[in-house]
Amino acid sequence: MLLTAIVLLPLLGALVVALLPRAEERATRHLGFAFTLLTFAVSLGLAAFRPAEAGWQFVVQRPWVASLGIDFHLAVDGISLWLVLLTTFLTPIVLLSSYRAITTRVKEFVVAMLVLETGMLGVFLALDLFLFYVFWELVLVPMYLIIGIWGHGDRIYAALKFVLYTVVGSLLMLAAIIYLYVTHGQATGHYTFDYPTLMLSVWGRGEQLWLFLAFALAFAIKVPLFPLHTWLPDAHTQAPTAGSVVLAGVLLKLGTYGFLRFALPLFPWAAARCAPYLAALAVIGIIYGALVAYAQQDAKRLVAYSSVSHLGFVMLGLLAMNSAGLQGSLFLMLSHGVSTGGLFLAIGVLYERRHTNELAQFGGLWRPMPIFAGLFMVIMLSSAGLPGLSGFVGEFLILVGAFTHRLFVDGGEQLRLLTLPGAWHWGPRVVAGLAALGVLLGAVYLLAMFQKLMFGPITQPKNAELRDLDAREIAVFAPLVVLTFVMGIYPRPFLAPMEPAVNRLLHDFSVRYAASRDHQGSGVRRLRGKLDALRDEADQATAVPPAPARRGPSALPSAPRASELPSGRAAGVRPVKPPLARSHGPARGAA
Amino acid sequence: MTKTFPLLWIPLLPLLGAAINLLCGRVLSRRAVHAVACGSVAGALGVVVFAIFGRLWPLAWAAEGTHVPARLVQTAYAWITAGSVELPVGLVCDPLSAVMLLVVTLVGFLIHLYSTGYMAHERDHARFFGYLNLFTGAMLILVLADNLPLLFVGWEGVGVCSYLLIGFWYDKDGTERLGLANAMAGRKAFLVNRVGDVAFLLGMLVLFAATGTLSIESLALRASDLLLPLHPLGLGPYTVAGVAGLLLFIGAMGKSAQIPLYVWLPDAMAGPTPVSALIHAATMVTAGVYMVARMNFLFMLSPAVMGLIALVGATTALFAASIGFAQHDIKKVLAYSTISQLGYMFVAVGVGAFSAGIFHLFTHAFFKACLFLGAGAIIHALHDEQDLRQMGGLRRPLATTHWTFLVSTLAIAGIPPLSGFFSKDEILWRAIATANPALGSTWLPALLYVMSLAAALCTAFYMFRLYGLVFLGERRGAAPASSHGHAGGHAGGHAGGGHAGDLHLPGPAMEAPLIVLAGGAALLGLLGLPEVVGAWLGIEHINLFERWLAPVVDQGARLADRWAGGHRVAANALAESHGLEALLLLLSVAVAVGSSALAWKLYRAGPSALVARLTARLRWFYRLVLNKYWVDELYDWIIVRPYKALAVVLFQLIDRLVIDRLGVHGAARSVDGVGRVLRRLQTGSVQHYVVGLVIGVTALVVGVVGAALLGGGG
Amino acid sequence: MVPTSQVLGLAALLFCIGLAGVIVRRNLLIVLMSVELMLNAANLALVGFARARGDLEGQGLAFLIVALAAAEAAVGLAIVVSVFRSRRTVYADEVTLLRR
Repeated sequence: MLLTAIVLLPLLGALVVALLPRAEERATRHLGFAFTLLTFAVSLGLAAFRPAEAGWQFVVQRPWVASLGIDFHLAVDGISLWLVLLTTFLTPIVLLSSYRAITTRVKEFVVAMLVLETGMLGVFLALDLFLFYVFWELVLVPMYLIIGIWGHGDRIYAALKFVLYTVVGSLLMLAAIIYLYVTHGQATGHYTFDYPTLMLSVWGRGEQLWLFLAFALAFAIKVPLFPLHTWLPDAHTQAPTAGSVVLAGVLLKLGTYGFLRFALPLFPWAAARCAPYLAALAVIGIIYGALVAYAQQDAKRLVAYSSVSHLGFVMLGLLAMNSAGLQGSLFLMLSHGVSTGGLFLAIGVLYERRHTNELAQFGGLWRPMPIFAGLFMVIMLSSAGLPGLSGFVGEFLILVGAFTHRLFVDGGEQLRLLTLPGAWHWGPRVVAGLAALGVLLGAVYLLAMFQKLMFGPITQPKNAELRDLDAREIAVFAPLVVLTFVMGIYPRPFLAPMEPAVNRLLHDFSVRYAASRDHQGSGVRRLRGKLDALRDEADQATAVPPAPARRGPSALPSAPRASELPSGRAAGVRPVKPPLARSHGPARGAA
Repeated sequence: MTKTFPLLWIPLLPLLGAAINLLCGRVLSRRAVHAVACGSVAGALGVVVFAIFGRLWPLAWAAEGTHVPARLVQTAYAWITAGSVELPVGLVCDPLSAVMLLVVTLVGFLIHLYSTGYMAHERDHARFFGYLNLFTGAMLILVLADNLPLLFVGWEGVGVCSYLLIGFWYDKDGTERLGLANAMAGRKAFLVNRVGDVAFLLGMLVLFAATGTLSIESLALRASDLLLPLHPLGLGPYTVAGVAGLLLFIGAMGKSAQIPLYVWLPDAMAGPTPVSALIHAATMVTAGVYMVARMNFLFMLSPAVMGLIALVGATTALFAASIGFAQHDIKKVLAYSTISQLGYMFVAVGVGAFSAGIFHLFTHAFFKACLFLGAGAIIHALHDEQDLRQMGGLRRPLATTHWTFLVSTLAIAGIPPLSGFFSKDEILWRAIATANPALGSTWLPALLYVMSLAAALCTAFYMFRLYGLVFLGERRGAAPASSHGHAGGHAGGHAGGGHAGDLHLPGPAMEAPLIVLAGGAALLGLLGLPEVVGAWLGIEHINLFERWLAPVVDQGARLADRWAGGHRVAANALAESHGLEALLLLLSVAVAVGSSALAWKLYRAGPSALVARLTARLRWFYRLVLNKYWVDELYDWIIVRPYKALAVVLFQLIDRLVIDRLGVHGAARSVDGVGRVLRRLQTGSVQHYVVGLVIGVTALVVGVVGAALLGGGG
Repeated sequence: MVPTSQVLGLAALLFCIGLAGVIVRRNLLIVLMSVELMLNAANLALVGFARARGDLEGQGLAFLIVALAAAEAAVGLAIVVSVFRSRRTVYADEVTLLRR
């Protein structure tokens, strides 16, 4: 019930706002803001989340189109919990920031934002593949409108590019989803789109490959993964501030979330085969994004490329497939939402005053706008990964995860996802080393941007009279800055719920990979028997009692940390009981 | 010997001070800002003093003779816990940290006090003191951290504060570009530091991958892991300790301004002088040395890396010292001198003389801070004049400054019985008396000794050149236009100080720290008297400093003996000879005195004709060192410009051209193209459509009938 | 009796002549006449089959087609008249307004 409320409340707000007369601009704005605040307040009900549990919580499952096996199935686990809260947290801030920036067609704008919020929340919470697709596509139209109507410059081009690019990817994903549905139904007699149910079956290796690529294409465009990233700079540059903030803050996370939730666990064999290439693209994205950002003259375009760089880091953490890496990725997703959202808000403040984003038009702004300067600097440093702020925690965990990447799957086989061709052993270290370079390059362009904006003498006379932040604007920035400090100094409440869910996902991946490997030919094969046997073994081997019975109806059994089975000495500091300890085969040679 | 103690207060107090000043400083009065800033550091100093002398000292006494260091610990809370990564916010205070804590809080407090006078005429008061407090807090975290990532928090924290403080006058009036140059200097410092930080990060990753922990104490217990060769990484015979040590040292190179990552330090002189004194002389730049000493167990397991450290240190010492000969800016001379002295510290830790290195760090903090603050007083008096060619004859008017400066100059030149002599001499002795099994046992000690001695010679010379040019002879510069009106007395807020002619004398807030620091520079040498003196006086273990630090810094040697079969840097045959030690001691004295005297003679009355003749004769050398060997220009051409060009090329070529134009627009245009071709079918002529219809129907009929016939017949 | 094959052959021949007329002739009136010819060819084929099978279904359908042809001719001529009124021409290749 809670999740239904969270997802549908913005939609309800959109309907209510749509009924208001057009002339009532102030009322429209306030009402929209109130609805987003209400959604945030309701989402705080997720505080009742039990962090020690690995399974689905707050499950809502009702048949929607029963004849087609489509359910209205929402649930949250440690992975999606903070992403949902990020969305409900950012949207009110975005609406608040747009008070002065959006002056025409205010009603339509508020409606678009609210529908957008519903779409984003739905993507994070949906467990039915069809429902997921509906929400995924639902995000496109409001975003198109926001960029195309309230943007500036070449906005139609940017909006069109955004929509076409994304839709192309999504269509293949739709085909894949339908294929899953049909083959699963034919094999088991149970036609369903339900993700937990589909997770109990594996597909053939060849099928997995194209299915994975179809899903991956859609998500890779959204991430954005090099070289499919070129829609992002245009979209950001031409979008209004509110659009940019929500685009960078939440929309990009839809892609990485999709990878983590669907593409990787559903098709583990194909994922393992494709991972080295994805990792290579991720690393290229990190370095390339940072390099190209340095060459930009437009502030928004610069930050857009910084997003490419950061999300490359996130992808790297996902592909590391260990607890530290995955948690680092999720944490960096949150941190990036806060810090890059903040950066765009800051640029938006400047745009409101001077109607330009060109770096050369500014300079020496610290003197007239000291409060702005201080807040902007904190956000900038968080984006640069300064320890003590939120960015460092995520980046550090990702680097550790990538560097210590070593994946043991069921049956003792060792996988290397993050590897370079022909470099079985030191591939992950090189990959992590190159990613660490991104830390340096990130500082290069961020400091350059900050200096061009804030330091030096005032070169444009107009800049001397710019007024500093007013109360509303401070209210927009303050939560972000506070959050970045809290996340950097005390990340525990953010990391703790992630761990069981992440471990469960790793366990599922491992089991399904082994099943895929043993599955010759094509078609669907059920896992259920195998999973039951493993669950019993896991229960016997570990000291930690299995998770309590309150789980979603079709959840996979959870097992405590089975992700990293140490081969010998390099154990973590905490004693990790390997529940699936089997005799390990010889380490594989080439990948 | 471990006890808990609320160590968190030590960094917390300055951080709270920073928060207050940065957030509310605007509404506080000058007095209040000063009180908060100095008070918070004084508070930290108080806690430090109590912790060390009240708690740690008794523990150390009790642990005397055992090899277990006395420690005060505190685990504040669990910071990051994810998977196998478990990092608490843990603080530890052992004898090594105690030394650093005293340096940071005591010298820091004195500099805060000094700043209340020096920055009296500045706007942005609160911002300055806020940053200064923030820096102090970060540095204290660095010193107290018990695990490497937390140390890294402090490590980068001081880097950020350095960036902010160097670029403090980001829009300084005067020339239009000056403010921007300050900001650029700050950026350069941060970026060069970050190069080192990336290496530090990688070093941490290597250590974690090999041992599964990043807690310093735990790492020290895993010597067997650290000695493992890195075959799985394809790095062959190198050990974990070697690779990680090298990476960590590169980080130290960046932070402590060694070759090749030193270029940020001279530019950092763009910041206010108290900043230079605190950050770029006494504390931040010494963080690298501290880190190496703290991780001595790691480095001792890899003699090759230690040899590298010593060589880099010696080269830097000599190189930087040579640049000091020709610089015109008083702060630049001191900057290069700092780089040079840091080189000495690295020579020390590179030969395993960790306590000697830390002792030099300790004495250097006092005399270098005194020199910088003195320089600040001079600059302040001359209304922001920094050029040596405009100075001279300031001995009488700036008496206090003069005497403290002289004491510190004597100290840095290494003239006994001041502190600098003892600390430097110990390093020289250990350099020649240590054998490194990984590099040459014959040539390395000699080389290190010769380079260090040469650097000492240069140091004494250019420091007395500096002294002579500033204080002796006649005033060369014209009275500069005053930057703040001199109509009668001074209104509004700066602590005392009157005028002598056109000079703006320092007030008591500025003079008191100078006196205290000079006193330290003079007397603290007694803590580290060399063994030779002890033998002469018949006192064993006369080096109190070494005794204090021994349990911590000897750990590495013990580990190497136990696990690496003694394959480590160790005293060589020369170390036994007290006679040789005494001889070299006298040689050091001779070199120092001789060089100083020469400089005195040449610059006694300002730059003399003799100097001009020498300069003309050695023109090539003069130009070389005046332009700092053109290293900055070299870096600009090799790194900075190509990077920018690469960024632009990548953007225009790959993003714009290949991906967008060829890829995205190409796809769109091909769709358009296909459509264009297909559109030609739409002729608008009905008859054409009929033809199409007929063809289609015929094909259908043939197909269906044919399939039926074939199916039925076949 | 005339062999059915000859009837069908004649019908096919008429059909092809009509088709050729539709495709080749420019004048819309001639095209309409050719369409009529095609329809009548189909009628002929139907009657021939009806006689060959001995029942009247084919002839019934032929009646239907005659009525259909009359209606279609009426509408077609109306369109041609309308086109002539607006374009002053009855030639098919001169009314290509739907061309890209």
